[in-house]
Amino acid sequence: MESIKDKVAIVGMGCVKFGENWDKSLDDMIIDAAYEAYEDAGIGPDDIQAAWFGTVWAGETAQIMAAPLKLPYIPVTRVENACATGSEALRAACYAVAAGVCDVALALGAEKLKDTGFSGLPQTRPIATWSYRLTTQTPPAVFAMMATGYFAKYGLSYKEGKKLLAQIAVKNHHNGTLNPRAHFQREVTIEQVVNAPMIAYPLGLYDCCGVSDGAAAAIVTRADMAKSFRADPIYIKSLQICQGPREGFMNPNFDFAHVEETCRGGAAAYAEAGIRNPREEISTAEVHDCFTITELTIMEDLQFSPRGRVKDDIEAGTFNLDGKLPVNTDGGLKSFGHPIGASGLRMMYEVYKQLQGKAGPRQIKNPRLGLTHNQGGEPGAATVSVVIVGNDLG
Amino acid sequence: MAGIKSYGTYVPLYRLSRAEIARAWGVAEMPGERAVANYDEDSLTMAVAAARDCLKGIDTESIEGLYFASTTSPYKEKQSAATIATVLGLPREAVTMDFSGSLRCGTNAIRAAIDAVNSGSAKSVLVCASDVRLGYPAGGDELAFGDGAAALLIGDTEIIVEVEGSYTLHDEIQDVWRSDRDLFVRSGEDRFIREKGYNRVVLEAVSAALREFKLSQKDFSKVAFYSPDSRQLSMVVRKLGFDSKTQVNDTLHSTVGNTGAAMTLMCLVAVMEEAQGGDRILLTSYGNGCDVFSLKVTDEIEKVGDRRGIKGHLASKRMLSSYNKYLRWRELIDVQPPQRPPIELRQPSPSAQWRETQKELRLCGTRCKKCGTPQYPPQRVCMTCRAKDEFEYYSFADKAAKVFSFSHDYVMATVDPPVTVTVVDFEGGGRIMCDMTDRDPEETKVDMPVEMTFRRLYYVGGIYNYWWKCRPIRC
Repeated sequence: MESIKDKVAIVGMGCVKFGENWDKSLDDMIIDAAYEAYEDAGIGPDDIQAAWFGTVWAGETAQIMAAPLKLPYIPVTRVENACATGSEALRAACYAVAAGVCDVALALGAEKLKDTGFSGLPQTRPIATWSYRLTTQTPPAVFAMMATGYFAKYGLSYKEGKKLLAQIAVKNHHNGTLNPRAHFQREVTIEQVVNAPMIAYPLGLYDCCGVSDGAAAAIVTRADMAKSFRADPIYIKSLQICQGPREGFMNPNFDFAHVEETCRGGAAAYAEAGIRNPREEISTAEVHDCFTITELTIMEDLQFSPRGRVKDDIEAGTFNLDGKLPVNTDGGLKSFGHPIGASGLRMMYEVYKQLQGKAGPRQIKNPRLGLTHNQGGEPGAATVSVVIVGNDLG
Repeated sequence: MAGIKSYGTYVPLYRLSRAEIARAWGVAEMPGERAVANYDEDSLTMAVAAARDCLKGIDTESIEGLYFASTTSPYKEKQSAATIATVLGLPREAVTMDFSGSLRCGTNAIRAAIDAVNSGSAKSVLVCASDVRLGYPAGGDELAFGDGAAALLIGDTEIIVEVEGSYTLHDEIQDVWRSDRDLFVRSGEDRFIREKGYNRVVLEAVSAALREFKLSQKDFSKVAFYSPDSRQLSMVVRKLGFDSKTQVNDTLHSTVGNTGAAMTLMCLVAVMEEAQGGDRILLTSYGNGCDVFSLKVTDEIEKVGDRRGIKGHLASKRMLSSYNKYLRWRELIDVQPPQRPPIELRQPSPSAQWRETQKELRLCGTRCKKCGTPQYPPQRVCMTCRAKDEFEYYSFADKAAKVFSFSHDYVMATVDPPVTVTVVDFEGGGRIMCDMTDRDPEETKVDMPVEMTFRRLYYVGGIYNYWWKCRPIRC
């Protein structure tokens, strides 16, 4: 089995401002993200040889993207893999380039969530399972059960647990203030987070990410051609997807204090990239902080913190912008919201800029390897993507 | 000879004090409280609950009929008895019938069950009576009514109560009714319906029955009479020459309310709970006539297992915080629609429901024949050993369980926020994710013991969608 490592490079990226983009249509966001990426890569639309469009809710087929971009009768495919959709589009484009069937490919993720007329995520009728067996919880509630599970497993009182989670919200909101593309650019305090209205016990308003519109895009090419596009391409080190058999919903052995798919997807990604000690080797990570508890468990599942000990790292500031392993430097889902199909590529946009040294006030020192992580589905039944990139070959 | 083999009842956890209703409308206070079905309960789910109480320790495969009696069946056209029989896991060839039309339908069903057993067409028949009737807001019925259910198993072996004699008469009168266009129960002028309805007909029927049974008032230890309220009950028993102090058990009006079609059966259970072998009970219903039964308690009554019955259910209750909540639960007022996805998106598919009926309505998962792992929902490929199609069905409905994790969801659109969602682990293996009902959010804890209860998830597009929830152990 071959590895994807160093076969493909990202040579251009675009990302719109995320938020309640009442004055922008899905077409507007697709065009703005794609054209920023074209410009960044120094190419035009006719240079694209194949394209993948990631969206969960925008509709069927990639015509939704091909039409506004006037893509010239090339292979274009829509992909969907829950919250990992954007990363899945990138993975497909990279695999096509690695296979040698095209040299320049576009991956674009976009979602327009604020035209539904209600808050929260849209809902479709899941034909495959539509009988009696319907629980009625929302995503916050399922993730909240992981907070309950984690607090119980490690003996944290409600107050201790809330304060621990609040530090994640405070960090990510702070990073968001340094990012003009973020939906929310406002500091929050521990007290605000802890005392905010309850969304799904024990998660309050600031423990949950917002619902936003957004789009992001990447241009990928063969690693050996990358320098002809730009001096500082970013190389793909690993592309992993991990999906479990929904076992956590059925198996009493699942502890609701970790996500097995993240553990396994992360381990596979480290193996593919040749990383032995993630805590030491990863320079920065953009992870799926849809809820503060998700970021907390991801830190352990990706082996950044020892099992059950993330508290020490959170309190030591390990994951802060000036910490040893800065996490969600752009503000994360907490500041960007989560237009599902766009998030994976929005994360990659930040890692790409960081590795190029172009992250402005958020720039971290001497990064070499960056990681993005998406977690779709729910604890116990997740779809996880882990992508690792670096600014050097080898 | 047919008789009663077992009994069970169900009273919803929630009670509304009549003083609270009176306060809401600014009218004179009334004593006592009434039972209020939770927003996820209806006559069908309460019948299931009473039946499960009645059938504790009894093999459901041995039951050959299920009769459901209610004036508030969820469907006008679609049989509730068939649903209940499926939920309980009764044999495919069990006779199912719905009885309705008047509050007498509960004893109509008992009579039919006795006839079936005596004729030899069925060995045992489970009769369930249940009602969630609506009185007009601010009216006397709203105060007097209560929600509840009872179940009696009729058969001819191991009889705890023999049916010695029965008498019936019908009576045409427009005293209490609800047309096919009505939501609320209507009634005629109160003095007229009292004198020419309940009083006249019960006096006539019971007097005639006693003559036919060749028994007198003093032959009965207790009477179990349907009655619209305590006052009319005491008036009728006095006129009939019974001693209201020693022969009447009137616990329900002040604690539960008038439970309609279930009332007569619930009164009987209240009496049976106190009864000893040799006691004789006079049972009388009312509703466009009367059914009267003379019942004789046998020594077998000592052997009835642990039943929640009336006593158990009365001992376990929670007061509804306000009358507004009652209005909301019965969906009698429009509230501001939530800014959430429309409920129509959750329209159940009849074909998918049909395909899953046996498994889902009975809360049946599978147990792997190779490695023994119970799992829900049913799995063709075992989650533990990956054996394919090596499974047997395995019901979780009666298994002991506890909460592994939970959340209170304040975002989900619901009649009664927050939605308490849980991960439930079962003794013997298996895990289910489901909502918790009849809970106090403050008291929900990891590791708390729970039991499964059959509830209505929601109504959309003409379909009541039923499934299971967990709840803190009652009683």
